Amino acid sequence: MIETRGLRKSFVSRQGREKKKVEAVRGVDLDVAEGEIFGFLGPNGAGKTTTLRMLATLIEPDDGRATIAGADLRADPGEVRRRIGYVAQGGSTWDDSTAREELVLQARLYGASKSDALARAARVLDGFQLSEYADRKCKTYSGGQRRRVDIALGIIHEPKVVFLDEPTTGLDPQSRAHMWDEVRRLRAEGMTVFITTHYLDEADALCDRISIMDNGEIVASGTPADLKREISGDVVRVGLPVDAIAAAAQALNSYKIETYEDNVRLYVEDGAVAIPQILRALDAAGVPLGTVELHRPSLDDVFLTKTGRSLRES
Amino acid sequence: MKLLRDISLIFNRQMQLLLRNPIWIFVGVFQPVMYLLLFAPLLKPALQVQTNAEAYEIFVPGLLVLLAIFGGLFQGFGLIAELRAGVIERSRVTPVSRLALLLGRSLRDVVSLIAQAVIITLLALLFDLRVFLPNLLLAYLMLALISLMTSAVSYGVALAVKSEDALAPLMNTVAQPVLLLSGILLPLTYAPGWLQGIADWNPFSWAVNGTRALFRGDLGAPDVWQGLLIMAVLAVLAVAWAARQFARSVR
Repeated sequence: MIETRGLRKSFVSRQGREKKKVEAVRGVDLDVAEGEIFGFLGPNGAGKTTTLRMLATLIEPDDGRATIAGADLRADPGEVRRRIGYVAQGGSTWDDSTAREELVLQARLYGASKSDALARAARVLDGFQLSEYADRKCKTYSGGQRRRVDIALGIIHEPKVVFLDEPTTGLDPQSRAHMWDEVRRLRAEGMTVFITTHYLDEADALCDRISIMDNGEIVASGTPADLKREISGDVVRVGLPVDAIAAAAQALNSYKIETYEDNVRLYVEDGAVAIPQILRALDAAGVPLGTVELHRPSLDDVFLTKTGRSLRES
Repeated sequence: MKLLRDISLIFNRQMQLLLRNPIWIFVGVFQPVMYLLLFAPLLKPALQVQTNAEAYEIFVPGLLVLLAIFGGLFQGFGLIAELRAGVIERSRVTPVSRLALLLGRSLRDVVSLIAQAVIITLLALLFDLRVFLPNLLLAYLMLALISLMTSAVSYGVALAVKSEDALAPLMNTVAQPVLLLSGILLPLTYAPGWLQGIADWNPFSWAVNGTRALFRGDLGAPDVWQGLLIMAVLAVLAVAWAARQFARSVR
């Protein structure tokens, strides 16, 4: 559904008199399959939004090529526009307009007749549970409602692909969860969803596949589970009385193990499978048990491994 | 066909929003009305003309051109607000014509200007101004062309600078010499030769002369067609340039 090869973009930024060339995106390859929720992950300034804006025909790439929903980005951006929806990060509604007015206009800009536009607006308002506020001015909406209007505007013409730029940034946890449901609903309706985020939990919970971008380049791609498995496996931390550590280390010597003052840590392929075996081995050796904790690697660990720093710091 | 449809879509939306807050039309009229009431009475003695009507024949056309220039040049502020709200970017990802994004807005500006011009003309009638209707309509055409040009320029500059803080001084700097060199407040026939020489290079001074000729009933004066032609050419150039700004990246 989306295929890019060697996509590049640089900007000239001016600092005082000095002109500096900033390579925002340096050769991005992406492959997004039809019907996927594809997560595009990375810290602020990684080049996510620039990549997205190139794919949405808003800025022209310096180099590289891309095919989106079967249309060539550089040869036929007009056709790409007809087949995609794009929802910008900063919102897209006018304070003094109502959601219905905005939706009808947007549908008509895509070529719908007046009656078709009205029907489409009614349908998406209903789908996004906005009918109740549809005829109020946008400035009266809550943040979550307004974001839902933005997304409704992006999909009013039933695009094959919809690009969502950080759709949950700034939303409260409840609105975020609501938004995740909306995104899943779009996929259920047959859309391919391309979503940028800097929330790791969001990428993990919502996305079928992700690419991690850092410094203008893709540093890792895959399903969240694969990426996590790739880096280390799970850690099982067993808390024990101080005098039982040595006996425990003895009983578990077939595992990769590190001992600490009041606990041991075992590095295993799959913690859920290993825990019963560990407990049985300790029981057989007569070691009194304290606590057991399972630590699964997060996408943050993936990011740390790939880039040498934590996403949260950057 | 698609272009006309797109223009009417954008225009209708803009008109709808304007009519939701019609107060802006009256705010726009306030300053010219103040000129009409508080400045124009000085003109009869200053211009050494016989009647008020004569003074208004000279002053009102200039005032209307002034309104068209300033009204147009400051439309860019609304566009910057739209940029900030993301409305422009949302339009740009649709297949809508880029020219329509500009013309739909500029035509709204033309309509609101003509509404203001009508209000001022009606008020001036109270001060004994008399003008033939066909001439008046041609004068309004001149105003429409001026307003189309200045609002297009303002939109183009707004898209380039993207900030009110930059737009305001820029527009003021342009507008002031244009105003002084177009003989809007006092006709340039009173100006020394060098000043007239410079003013001849100011296209708006041609527009003011043409509009004045129309108001005094001199339809055949070369000032009329010259003014209209110059404004039409400049309006086309300004629209072409500003439409390119809309087509280029808007960040």
